[in-house]
Amino acid sequence: MEVPILKQGHYLIASIQSALTDADLSQLREALIERVGRFRARGVIVDVTALDVMDSFAVRTLRDIAHMARLRGSETVIVGIQPEVAFAMVQLGLTLKGIATALDLEEGLAFLDQPVERLGDKRTPGGPRP
Amino acid sequence: MSGVLNLSIAKDVDVVRARQQGRELAAKAGFSSGDQTVIAAAISEIARNILTYAGYGEMSLDVQTNGDREGFMVVARDQGPGIPDVGRAMEDGYSTSGGLGLGLPGAKRLMDEFEIVSVAGQGTTVTMTKWRRLTS
Repeated sequence: MEVPILKQGHYLIASIQSALTDADLSQLREALIERVGRFRARGVIVDVTALDVMDSFAVRTLRDIAHMARLRGSETVIVGIQPEVAFAMVQLGLTLKGIATALDLEEGLAFLDQPVERLGDKRTPGGPRP
Repeated sequence: MSGVLNLSIAKDVDVVRARQQGRELAAKAGFSSGDQTVIAAAISEIARNILTYAGYGEMSLDVQTNGDREGFMVVARDQGPGIPDVGRAMEDGYSTSGGLGLGLPGAKRLMDEFEIVSVAGQGTTVTMTKWRRLTS
């Protein structure tokens, strides 16, 4: 099943609706990386709220998405990991180290908005010029 | 509670189906939703290993009562090439397929009992069980 990818401002939001096969996950990775370029996206949010299991392949794919998007100049946030899914992931040894996560879509958007604000701070009078 | 579920694992959709059916069976047997997730994750790892290394295999899911506890048992069998070094395959981060190398050791951590028998050239059998205490 194909994952819908929405464009909202400078961000892409991939909202996973149901269980995904390995092929679906790989397809999502290709689609997101291509769209980061096409839409000049600064941020990517992958919403996994609907996933009731995350195994090593899913985590590896999310990690790949985050790394590839970063190489293309876009920051990724994984949002909506359910408590039981988090528990099973830790038992499996899957941690998403170095990858931004947020509780839900709202927090994810707030996270992506941060760096822009920080950049704005630098431009305040008296501060260092970029 | 009985009724063994036999599943064949030959395509990636079979991995999804196996973990969904595992979750359903565990739910019906009264396992907590946390345990259902843990069982589904372990099934997913083991089913994917079958696809990656053997290409085809079978998985059976069963719930059995033993005294005051109930066990969710998964048996996964394939006739693939077998694992040359089971000891290493059980180490975190060891993979011969470019994966994360967490499938087998991860599944072992998720379940209460875990046994793997592998014979070069003949295949691999993984048997794993998750227990829950029955309350009367």
